[in-house]
Amino acid sequence: MRFLLDDSRMERAMGVLLRFGVVLASTAVLAGMVFYLQDRASQLVDYRYFKAYSFGLRHRDELLAGSARDNAAAIIEAGILLLIATPVARVVFAVVAFALERDRLYTAISIAVLAVLVFSLFHGT
Amino acid sequence: MTVLVFTLLVFAGSLSAGLLGALTGLGGAVVLVPLLTLVFHVDIRYAIGASLISVIATSSGAAAAYVREGYSSVRIGMFLEVATTLGAVLGAFLATKVPTRALAMIFGGVLIYSAVLTWRSNRSLHLEAAIDNPSSDALKLSGSYPGPDGQQIEYKVDRIPQGFAMMFGAGTLSGLLGIGSGAVKVLAMDRIMRIPFKVSTTTSNFMIGVTAAASAGIYLRRGYVDPGLAAPVMLGVLSGAVIGAKVLTRARVSVLRTVFSYVVLALGIEMIVNGWLGRI
Repeated sequence: MRFLLDDSRMERAMGVLLRFGVVLASTAVLAGMVFYLQDRASQLVDYRYFKAYSFGLRHRDELLAGSARDNAAAIIEAGILLLIATPVARVVFAVVAFALERDRLYTAISIAVLAVLVFSLFHGT
Repeated sequence: MTVLVFTLLVFAGSLSAGLLGALTGLGGAVVLVPLLTLVFHVDIRYAIGASLISVIATSSGAAAAYVREGYSSVRIGMFLEVATTLGAVLGAFLATKVPTRALAMIFGGVLIYSAVLTWRSNRSLHLEAAIDNPSSDALKLSGSYPGPDGQQIEYKVDRIPQGFAMMFGAGTLSGLLGIGSGAVKVLAMDRIMRIPFKVSTTTSNFMIGVTAAASAGIYLRRGYVDPGLAAPVMLGVLSGAVIGAKVLTRARVSVLRTVFSYVVLALGIEMIVNGWLGRI
């Protein structure tokens, strides 16, 4: 892991990581959107009134039993979750890289940022 | 409107927003939410949900290009992300409590402020640059960036507590309105902390994605992110931003920037009026 022992190299690796995540996530979202359109292209749309969308990974059985429409939405949702995971992965990467640099201060700072992210992703109301 | 027509129009609108945002440096989300609410009559909660997702995409997508230039500082970014992520959690929490018409009016205020910022001179001159602030070294925030002749230019960071506080505010705004609030982040780094402009803008880009991720979980649980809307918005803004970054080096943006700032101003007024009248 010697290649990480330098801030500018660390940043370059982070840039690649971020781009990789975005490409992967957009591919999933695009594929999901195509299926979504195939299924309901001619339906009417209305986002005028707010009805909370229940976002979440479905259980495998539910996906297999579900209609094509639900599955298309599920692919988009997976892409969005992947996208949100991308900057989180960058912070995880920073924790590891700073720990390898034996930079205690910045390992702690990165862990603090990660803690806020994890808290809001899993426990925030 | 059918789903197909709506999706295509939203994609085209988001692409334009992303393109203009990248060319003018104002960011795509700032016109995206008014576009969705005022033109497409989308509920503002769905609009800020989709916008926040697009913010994560553009920030992360642009990162690789910014890193190559060697200006951004991973330490300044990580240090200030402590403030922006905490602010973002507060902002997202507030977004679920504040009535939608108030959200619209706050958004309008931010639009007007962004327009005014573009009229003022963008670069501060840093006449008092390289102030010797001992905390800058203690927190390992001091750094260097490549100058025009290839030499490394050293810099230090000043007024850290004030900058940190402003970053918290930038995060709150981001979580409340689903925007990147890059302008406020740059303001905090460039004007308050006296970090060189190029370092401020590139580091801000990195921070935007992490900040937005901190409010995303709360948005998802509150049902603000609808896949049918978020998909064309995210793909549109991202494509626009990528195209914008490609033509940016060749385009003359000063005229565009001025025109765009008036559009932003008009949208801001319209958001406030519509919010006031309870139409949003």
